[in-house]
Amino acid sequence: MRFVDEFRDPELGQALAREILSLVEPGRHYKLMEVCGGHTHSIYKYGVDDLLPANVELVHGPGCPVCVIPMGRVDDAIAVAQQDGVIFTCFGDMMRVPGSDRSLLEAKASGADIRVVYSPLDALRIAKQNPEREVVFFAIGFETTAPSTALTLKRARAENVKNFSCLCSHVTIVPPLRALLESPDLRLDGFIGPGHVSTVVGARPFEFIPADYGKPIAIAGFEPLDILQAISMVLRQIAEGRCEVENQYKRVVPYEGNLRALELMAEVFDLRPHFEWRGLGFISHSGLKLSAAYAELDAELRFSVPGVRVADPKACQCGEVLKGVIKPWECKVFGTACTPERPIGTCMVSSEGACAAYYNFGRFAREREVV
Amino acid sequence: MAGEATVSEREQRILGIIETARGKRAKFRDAQITMAHGAGGKATQTLIEGLFVPAFAGDALAEMADAGAVSVDGAELAFTTDSYVVKPLRFPGGSIGELAVNGTVNDLAVSGARPLALSLSLILEEGLSADDLRAEVAAIAQAARDAGVAIVAGDTKVVERGHADGMYICTSGIGRRDPRANLSPAALRPGDRILLSGSIGEHGTAIMLARGEFELDAPIESDTQSLWPAVDALLAAAGPDVRCLRDATRGGVASVLNELARASSVAMIVRESGIPVHPAVAGAAEILGIDPMYVANEGKMVAFVAPPAAEAALAALRSVRGCEQAADIGEVRSEPPGMVLVQTSFGGRRVMDQLVGDPLPRIC
Repeated sequence: MRFVDEFRDPELGQALAREILSLVEPGRHYKLMEVCGGHTHSIYKYGVDDLLPANVELVHGPGCPVCVIPMGRVDDAIAVAQQDGVIFTCFGDMMRVPGSDRSLLEAKASGADIRVVYSPLDALRIAKQNPEREVVFFAIGFETTAPSTALTLKRARAENVKNFSCLCSHVTIVPPLRALLESPDLRLDGFIGPGHVSTVVGARPFEFIPADYGKPIAIAGFEPLDILQAISMVLRQIAEGRCEVENQYKRVVPYEGNLRALELMAEVFDLRPHFEWRGLGFISHSGLKLSAAYAELDAELRFSVPGVRVADPKACQCGEVLKGVIKPWECKVFGTACTPERPIGTCMVSSEGACAAYYNFGRFAREREVV
Repeated sequence: MAGEATVSEREQRILGIIETARGKRAKFRDAQITMAHGAGGKATQTLIEGLFVPAFAGDALAEMADAGAVSVDGAELAFTTDSYVVKPLRFPGGSIGELAVNGTVNDLAVSGARPLALSLSLILEEGLSADDLRAEVAAIAQAARDAGVAIVAGDTKVVERGHADGMYICTSGIGRRDPRANLSPAALRPGDRILLSGSIGEHGTAIMLARGEFELDAPIESDTQSLWPAVDALLAAAGPDVRCLRDATRGGVASVLNELARASSVAMIVRESGIPVHPAVAGAAEILGIDPMYVANEGKMVAFVAPPAAEAALAALRSVRGCEQAADIGEVRSEPPGMVLVQTSFGGRRVMDQLVGDPLPRIC
């Protein structure tokens, strides 16, 4: 496939793997966090981690937008979806995320009209096709997906679509990173920065990571060569004693981000005082809600939403896993109370979460270490 | 360091717990049926292993092959059944009627049985146009002629509007087990070659695009076809060296490999670069964020062949119409048992796991 295969060239991959090997000190262990779930996906899909030396460990970060939605929020979504006359729309990978009692997939099986859409505009189209029904879009994701929600809401208002509303659970990338970096027991040597988010927010918002916390970061694209190159950039910074924001994904990410998208988001959304993250708890100014100007499209105001907070189970140690303090198998509930079939914490929810990955592939990974 | 030794012992113990849990027969504990139970992945397996097999305990069923073995006064028969609920009814490359014949024929074929006869049950929705029904009846008749099977029994039910998406079809099939075949899901041995009968992902992709939800257009046609000619050629070339055959329908090639790795307690390693994928399928999968290895086929099978006969088996497969692109995609290994590994085209290795839920496009 043209314009894609170029970024998946195995020979260049081997060359980068050799470069990475030359950058690490034997005997030193490097922990790098890839922030974005999209990176985690690529790393698995292409076997990128298999090309790394054993002492370079990738830690899967909090950037999987469906996994971080807390149980109480899933309960709210199900409550809206079950109301008479509602067509509830959401992205496919949200369907399996467990609430306190069940998932949207199970609510659908019980009779709720829940439909998978691939874009918020699809949800708006469903609203226009079904004027007698209330159509609600469950908006999730980081700054990557927020602009398309904003655009859809703007269009809904312009076209005066009265039966459309949005249950907004968008989150922002910087506050959870800051929360991670604030924790005294953090064990990370550097970051692979989120490429898609950065196409919107730019590279500038990540300057605080080297400036305030002394950790290097390279913003990366999603092809395997992108990721390997970003890893080598971070390791080179460490080797040379530098610490800065580097942009591996320059072909798409401008330093200042996408100003039009940012303006649109500023018009449609306001920051919530705080938002709860599964596994990480409440984080200030980390969630978005609809601004006063768009209040009439806010499903939280249009429907009665329980809004009950459901605490993460106490035994769950996702926070420590995310910070790299403990390994998945060191968590008290790992593999016993918390399994991929019945997940408790965010790291087990998605197959790309650190715990689910270890549960499914741990033995393979161990074997590789021996090799 | 003593401390480290304790830690790794503990890790070892936890990995042991996981292995035991994974090795156990799945329990069906869900409160209700969701779409995931029909997707061919983990949930489907839980339903089959946790509910059906224990309830209907019997040797033929416990083997969980695509068709059950029945002996009648010395005649070695294979018997199978399948239901077809595809939406839309017609799609590029085929229709529900053709699928209903080929799908059941293929379950017999990959069990090493020459398909002989089918029964046909039609569940029709009130309001279905007679022209649509006529077209499907013609498609069924043509597909049966092509596959060399007779339709020998049938049934018709009509349900109220809104209950059957136009039409559902159920076919059952009977075949004569071929004496050259000695196939079993538990027969795989380390060293066996893994052959694939052609390019993958065409049926599932054609259906997804035909539903029109993605506003994507591509020249992709369903691969629906009878696999008996391919099985016949394989058995002629490799006979008892063919260990096991599976048609890679729901859940795709990845699901077949995972099922068999578990059933035979072996590992598999597959070379991604060796897997034939039509460029349009690869493109659609790339855009939708779906792995073609998990996408349904309706005329492709995976064959496991003992090494000495593998080359002849591959040549025989390639000589069959529709299987020209057959390929050797990997081999069976011993470690780690129950796991399927992929050597990616990029040069890394990874685990190709069972499908959890439906293959849905990712948002990021």
